[in-house]
Amino acid sequence: MSVPRYWREIPERSRLEGSKCTKCGYVIYPQRARCAKCGSDSIEPYQLPEKGKLLTFTIVRNPPRGFEKMAPFVLGIIELVDGTRLTTQITDVLPGEVSIGMSVEAVFRKISEDGDSGIIQYAIKFRPTF
Amino acid sequence: MKPVIDVAISGWGSYIPMYRITVEEIARVWGKSPRHFREEMLIDEKAVAGIDEDVATISVEASKNALGRAGLSPKELGAVFVGSESKPYAVKPTGTIVAEAIGATPRVLSADMEFACKAGTECLQCCIGLVGSGMINYGLAIGADTAQGAPADPLEYSAGCGGTALIVGRRDKEKEPVALLEGSVSYVTDTPDFWRRQKCNYPSHAEAFTGEPAYFTHIISATKLLLEELSLKPTDFKHAVFHQPNGKFPLRAAKILGFKKEQIEHGLLVPYIGNLYAGSSVTGFSAILDMAEPGDRVLLASFGSGAGSDAFSFVVQDGVRTKRDMAPKVMDYIKRKQNIDYAIYSKFRGKIVL
Amino acid sequence: MMRRVAILSYGLTKVDKHWRKSLREMFGDAAKEALKDTKIPGLEALIVGNMCASDLSDQNNIGALLADYLGIIPSTAYRVEAACGSGGAAVLAAYASVASGMYDFVMTGGVEKLTDGVGRETTFSLGKAADAEYELFFGSSFVSLNALLMNHYMHVYHTPREAFADLAVLMHKNGARNPYAQLPFEITRETVLNSEKIADPITLYDCAPIGDGAAAVIMCPLEEAPKYSDTFVEISGIAGATDTINVSSRSDLLSLNSTVVAANKAYKMAKVTPADIDVAEIHDTFTITGALSIEDLGFSEKGKFNKLLSDGAFEPGGVVAINPSGGLKSRGHPVGATGAYQVAEITMQLMDRGGRMQVPNAEVGLTQNIGGSGSSTYVSILRRAR
Repeated sequence: MSVPRYWREIPERSRLEGSKCTKCGYVIYPQRARCAKCGSDSIEPYQLPEKGKLLTFTIVRNPPRGFEKMAPFVLGIIELVDGTRLTTQITDVLPGEVSIGMSVEAVFRKISEDGDSGIIQYAIKFRPTF
Repeated sequence: MKPVIDVAISGWGSYIPMYRITVEEIARVWGKSPRHFREEMLIDEKAVAGIDEDVATISVEASKNALGRAGLSPKELGAVFVGSESKPYAVKPTGTIVAEAIGATPRVLSADMEFACKAGTECLQCCIGLVGSGMINYGLAIGADTAQGAPADPLEYSAGCGGTALIVGRRDKEKEPVALLEGSVSYVTDTPDFWRRQKCNYPSHAEAFTGEPAYFTHIISATKLLLEELSLKPTDFKHAVFHQPNGKFPLRAAKILGFKKEQIEHGLLVPYIGNLYAGSSVTGFSAILDMAEPGDRVLLASFGSGAGSDAFSFVVQDGVRTKRDMAPKVMDYIKRKQNIDYAIYSKFRGKIVL
Repeated sequence: MMRRVAILSYGLTKVDKHWRKSLREMFGDAAKEALKDTKIPGLEALIVGNMCASDLSDQNNIGALLADYLGIIPSTAYRVEAACGSGGAAVLAAYASVASGMYDFVMTGGVEKLTDGVGRETTFSLGKAADAEYELFFGSSFVSLNALLMNHYMHVYHTPREAFADLAVLMHKNGARNPYAQLPFEITRETVLNSEKIADPITLYDCAPIGDGAAAVIMCPLEEAPKYSDTFVEISGIAGATDTINVSSRSDLLSLNSTVVAANKAYKMAKVTPADIDVAEIHDTFTITGALSIEDLGFSEKGKFNKLLSDGAFEPGGVVAINPSGGLKSRGHPVGATGAYQVAEITMQLMDRGGRMQVPNAEVGLTQNIGGSGSSTYVSILRRAR
């Protein structure tokens, strides 16, 4: 991933900074130009909560390029306590111990490395609530 | 040493990864007996960073715990320092990764410090100076490491992962101080007991030389000088935390200085998690704050190879009672564990070349 | 005022790992086949779908490349990209260009050379259908995103794992009769359940294979069609729709809303309902995608595809014959071309040229082509012309 692409999304991916439609209250994450629900372009910053539950998951055994060392890892969709959903990895758990509905919380972790000489990419993952 | 403005700890927090490997498991692979490590070095198992963890991620969680206890917005921090000997980049500050992730940027001073295992307390000294001079209101000092133990080397049994963040604030602005600083002493000499050259993956050490001329000379000298300056005796302290490369050294240092075993036991974590390097003494200090009572005097004495020691005397305040339950305690992280074998350990620590 | 549009002819290659054929050669084969029996004066436009040529063959500008290769310059040509829906999207664009009156004779189709990439390169390129910053960044891929949908579906509906395996079995049973199929052999439930886990619960045999292929069809205004060919088929309904690119942003993870919307628009335009469809070529990249597609096209109630499947409703001669070609699972999935294959296959059915795949008395057929993990769908409804 190029440096500018990684750097630009740090607030969203590392601090869960999202946005909210001031007209209908819909939480927009990832960001969009206009509200996904009502189409309004009146959008303000919104801090996503850091707790939620696991809506669905899979165990990735054939990882894509850049994630070879991480297999097997758990990919999932989290539903945060405010209803917002996002896709990320579930960490600090054995693949066999993951279950739909488990309570999870945000943690800042390493996502990947751009080889031995490129930059390291970090973002928010989730782990079983501690 | 004491700054012109009195300073206090406003918040503290730690993080220890959940994975553990026992000395038995390491010894099994190299055909050694674990007895020496368990019974003489007093190490049972060590904490291992997961494949997605490093000093930056450890520092971020420890810092968030400290901020939670301090009741501060990250924007109130004037400095973010990370002390480590296993920082993710050789050149690129871990401090900025942490500062950005916790939301402290952009009006903040940030840097990484290296002085082997005392890098964490150096960050603390710097924050004390910055806050105590009135330059900033709050400084965040982190000591964290994921130091590599060379396979088959004795240090492989003890090189553990984890870290602690301490937030220093001004005594006159802190509504609920956790601990007041009475004073500190730093004592350093050029003593090459343990080092790692630029292009090497693993450190080297001078074996027995790391004892008396290094660890003991510096930690005992710094502590003695501190006690003299503050006109204190070991019996004035409720708790004492020494750097813990193993269980044997801090027990012996305590004895030499005149501290009793009961004074150091609550901060002695190395049997459960190993030596956290720059995170070692500060995490022991964090464990003390997790259970100390207002009025307790605490000694914190680090040691870093190369070599030097920073010794501090703190007096615990009321804030410790209201703040300690606001974040996971060191023992909570110690109890959260999953044992792994040497194969998974090698995979996590990047010892398998793909 | 839109003109009615016909499909005059089609051409397709066998789906396979065509090591010896390049991108342009493969499309050339399909195009020449389509041009063979028509008497059109010439092609005014070529609109072709492709997803991965830029990554795997270092080739952009596919429209001009193929127009040149086919000897039709200076006619208009361009490529349409909608991930694995590229073929369906190209067909939709071609339809609009004829219906609007802009062109009379248009060739559309798709071509894909997935084997120009090696292993991870190909899957990485295919993965780009997803949200790069918020899905791929976290190590997801096409398979794992669909696995999220499958796990959720099974959790909510308690559908047994075997039901999905049975869908793959039906696909192979059909594909075994298709001379153009990449995997023309029957399999058993055990083949699926015992095959390697890719992203739990998806196993290797839940997935469409990696292969190359090209398909082309020629369109013209319906009222002109009899002049140029003895057989032709009418496009009586066609539509496209989108949904969120990011799976986590979907309003309902149990439904591919882009399929629901596109299908409803197409049904309305063709003045038919799902019950009127005799044969359908649907998008079963993975067995879960096939299951969701069946339901979202209205061929089954939500959560109940497996009941109808086990009743034989989707076999040739059943309520609606699903994927007599073998579908993506057995016929194959040359990504950007798949949507065009589906249109060519339904055209074949409605011209009684299905051979061993022929669905008897097929009057109305449907194609459904998905882009990404459901972020877009292109549906066409074809009717036998009399």
